[in-house]
Amino acid sequence: MQPPAEFVHWMFATGFLLLGLCLLAQAVVGDEVWRRRPWRTYLWPGLAFLMGVLMWPVMVFFTNSTIHMVAHGSWAQVMMLAGGAELGLVRGKLHSRYWRLTMPLAFLVSGASFLIHEQNSWLFARSAFLHHVIGWTMIVGAVFPFVATFRPRSAVWRSGFALTFVVLGVLLYCDRDVAPIFGHISSQAGTPHR
Amino acid sequence: MSTQLVSERAAVLRRSVRARTIYALGPTTMLAGVVWAFLQPYRITLLHPHGEGFWWLVIEPPILVVLAGVVFAFLIAPGVIEDLEAEENGG
Repeated sequence: MQPPAEFVHWMFATGFLLLGLCLLAQAVVGDEVWRRRPWRTYLWPGLAFLMGVLMWPVMVFFTNSTIHMVAHGSWAQVMMLAGGAELGLVRGKLHSRYWRLTMPLAFLVSGASFLIHEQNSWLFARSAFLHHVIGWTMIVGAVFPFVATFRPRSAVWRSGFALTFVVLGVLLYCDRDVAPIFGHISSQAGTPHR
Repeated sequence: MSTQLVSERAAVLRRSVRARTIYALGPTTMLAGVVWAFLQPYRITLLHPHGEGFWWLVIEPPILVVLAGVVFAFLIAPGVIEDLEAEENGG
């Protein structure tokens, strides 16, 4: 009954897409309007924290090597840290805006984990290619939450932050078993489908 | 027309653009899912369900994109637009 790995990627992609839509809406309307309803204030930080929590079972059930386990465990921790810090800030338990630096930290750690745990350079293969693209997207995308920490009212940086999650979602949706991206995959990779 | 009136009308126009943007996010996401389904119909397993397992029938990426758009359009966007218009009207 355990879903294949790509299904988990697609479910997380949906979570990131929703996260991106919420962040984009907040960037467009501003914090004052977005926080008029208390439940909405906690929506995206709660979603980020929840996705961090859900990354633990992914780590337990879907890792087939130590480096995969460390990578998924790192994602779980930094997603929970970033989501939890934002929850603390909007609840008023945390006061320093520098807690928002946990988000670019999460981006950097996630990006580095993607690049490090996919060590082969078979960029013709979809999985390896996507790992590298997602890794660099996260590392470059870290600039958006970093600058937004110091310019919290800038719609440009906050929209960039939101759209990074949308791009991440699109890339995760692209994950499929052994379908090739460039050229033909070795016959040893199995029968490609979907 | 006084400068104050011009700036007030510009502000109203800008705000309504914001409301329209929020309103468009959900349908745009849904449309993206539908376009994707037409471009890659083989990713909609429901169109050829014979012999497919549980996960292949339940988790289908283009439908997930449409669902994300539906959730945003019907559960999140209406309240945001309502609050935005309340702010625009000085509420």
